[in-house]
Amino acid sequence: MNGDIGLWAVPIAMLGGAIRVSTPFLFVSLGEVITERSGRINLGLEGTLVFGAMAGYALAYMTGSAWIGVLAAALAGAVFGLVHGLLCSLPKVNDIAIGIALMLLGTGLAFFFGKPFIQPVAPDLPAINLGWWSDLPQVQAALRVNVLFIFGAVLAVGLAWMLKRTRIGLTLRVVGDSSDAARALGIQPARVRILATAFGGALAGIGGAYLSLFYPGSWNEGISSGQGLIAVALVIFARWSPINCFFAALLFGAAGALGPALQSVGVTTGYYLFYAAPFVLTLAVLILSSSKSGALTGAPRELSITK
Amino acid sequence: MTVAGDIPGGQAPSRAWLVPLAGRIEGLALPVAALLAGFLAFALFLLLLGKNPLEFYSLVYKAGFGTAFSWSNTLSRAAPLLLAALCVAIPARLGLVVIGGEGAIVLGGVMVGALAVPLAGWPAFIAMPVLALMAALVGGIWIGAVGAMRQWRGVNETIASLLMAYIAIALMNHLVEGPFRDPASLNKPSTAPIAEAFRVGNLPGWNVHWGLAIAVLSCILAWILIERTTIGFAARIAGGNIRAAQVQGLPVGKLVIGFTALGGAFAGLAGYFEVSAVHGSANASLAAGYGYTGILIAFLARHNPLAIIPVALLLAGFEASSGLVQRRMDLPDATMIVLQGFVFVAILASETFTGRLDLVGWLTKGERS
Repeated sequence: MNGDIGLWAVPIAMLGGAIRVSTPFLFVSLGEVITERSGRINLGLEGTLVFGAMAGYALAYMTGSAWIGVLAAALAGAVFGLVHGLLCSLPKVNDIAIGIALMLLGTGLAFFFGKPFIQPVAPDLPAINLGWWSDLPQVQAALRVNVLFIFGAVLAVGLAWMLKRTRIGLTLRVVGDSSDAARALGIQPARVRILATAFGGALAGIGGAYLSLFYPGSWNEGISSGQGLIAVALVIFARWSPINCFFAALLFGAAGALGPALQSVGVTTGYYLFYAAPFVLTLAVLILSSSKSGALTGAPRELSITK
Repeated sequence: MTVAGDIPGGQAPSRAWLVPLAGRIEGLALPVAALLAGFLAFALFLLLLGKNPLEFYSLVYKAGFGTAFSWSNTLSRAAPLLLAALCVAIPARLGLVVIGGEGAIVLGGVMVGALAVPLAGWPAFIAMPVLALMAALVGGIWIGAVGAMRQWRGVNETIASLLMAYIAIALMNHLVEGPFRDPASLNKPSTAPIAEAFRVGNLPGWNVHWGLAIAVLSCILAWILIERTTIGFAARIAGGNIRAAQVQGLPVGKLVIGFTALGGAFAGLAGYFEVSAVHGSANASLAAGYGYTGILIAFLARHNPLAIIPVALLLAGFEASSGLVQRRMDLPDATMIVLQGFVFVAILASETFTGRLDLVGWLTKGERS
């Protein structure tokens, strides 16, 4: 039994695709959960994702180590987060608008410095073969899971635990729910938000490194087309819960894998429409999960989009 | 203004008449200072890379504003930028941050490319307005839907409009490579070229198409709507405080949907001119990023439609010069995006100084005892 499995190839390819495509969604949305839990929204993570992809690829190529690339992407992302956090700490500066500006700047800088790295080939991140038990090449291909995906899954559980059970988590939640209450407890909300945004940026940077170092696995200017934005929207759908983010990322990964999966069995018409599937799904999910009054259950009360 | 006589005492050297102007002076000085700060930051960036910023800015001046040819290039690019900026500035009056104008531009353009085929043979004086109106209609529905989602479901309009822009570009690619594709367009899938009779010509005596005049007129009309009508006044109240506006019985829902749709209609019109005056058919060139530059222009103009005109001209000059500057100085294509990013961050950061400059105290220094 080797090879022809007919239309079963589509769901199997989608499962594998979901795991592959979801990883950047997972990292960006986990980062954004932490940022938004502190009461800030960073819409600029799309720019951070693209810059992380470039920085990760460039450093991996120059040092020969994919992991140094991941580290560099995380550092670059943290810097973008830090800039966002610091600027938004100035009075009267709007966090949504700063996010738009940093989206533009991040993409611009990534294209600017990334030009020389479009041709060279950088080392890939390693994958673990979880499909060893099956004889089917399709199943084996689908279950070749990247280390970063597993790391992201563990991180989701870890962050959920951190938010619920640790002092850091409590501090974040207090700051996100009421600046005044935080101040009364002797916490400086601005400092917590700056750190939370930097952390979110670092995770978005790692998501970018995954794009350029594993799947699709090369650096070019079309590497991210809105994954960072979808991931930010996904946080609302996930109701600011890291565990929900994991499942939401898988769902959106499956939607993103629909086009390539259909292509693999020969369906090519409407390629661009399948490509738009994750965006349509995001919009549908936003419409269903928002509410007319703007108040959302589970939302940090200091968050500008729900105020 | 001759208000000196209103000042009690009315001594000749008094500068107290400047006081009511302080807000306006600040409204002009802050964005100009932020723009210069952005340019300065970019100059430092170039210096760090070992490039000469003076050469950069003088090349921009030469290629964007130096000659009659560069002016016509700049002005042609200003037309879509003006309309795209209106798509941000009009909803902004209600406090909405709509950033998906690019989507309305591309769909407006596709509409023109597709509809021009069955309309071929119609008299141009009927077909051209129909094409323009349909492009505006598509843009208006597209961005108006963002307003409707906001109003009826509380969906964040910034995220929704950008998602819609991605969907619109995918839709455009699907339509120009599929149903509406001209089989003769081999390398670059496009709709069939629109009839020569439907092409929008140049302004008499200028080397710039009519889109510029319509775009400037649109800015003026938008300014009148916002600043001089009761609708604009109602919108400003609603933008300040939705609940207060509802208590006063203002039709907030109609304002939200109407203003987003109007902004989208202007962006759709930009798509009309891009196809009928510039490209001649609808293809992927429609997604040239005018919608995104329009966001920056609207913010720099503080969402004032009249201020959009000079700001759009300035940025159009930068875009018009980008090709030459990049070749001469061996800079990557993304150079202008980086510059725009610096300026954008500077203008937003400058908001923190709003109302903190104490212009009144500075202007009347030494007059109070």
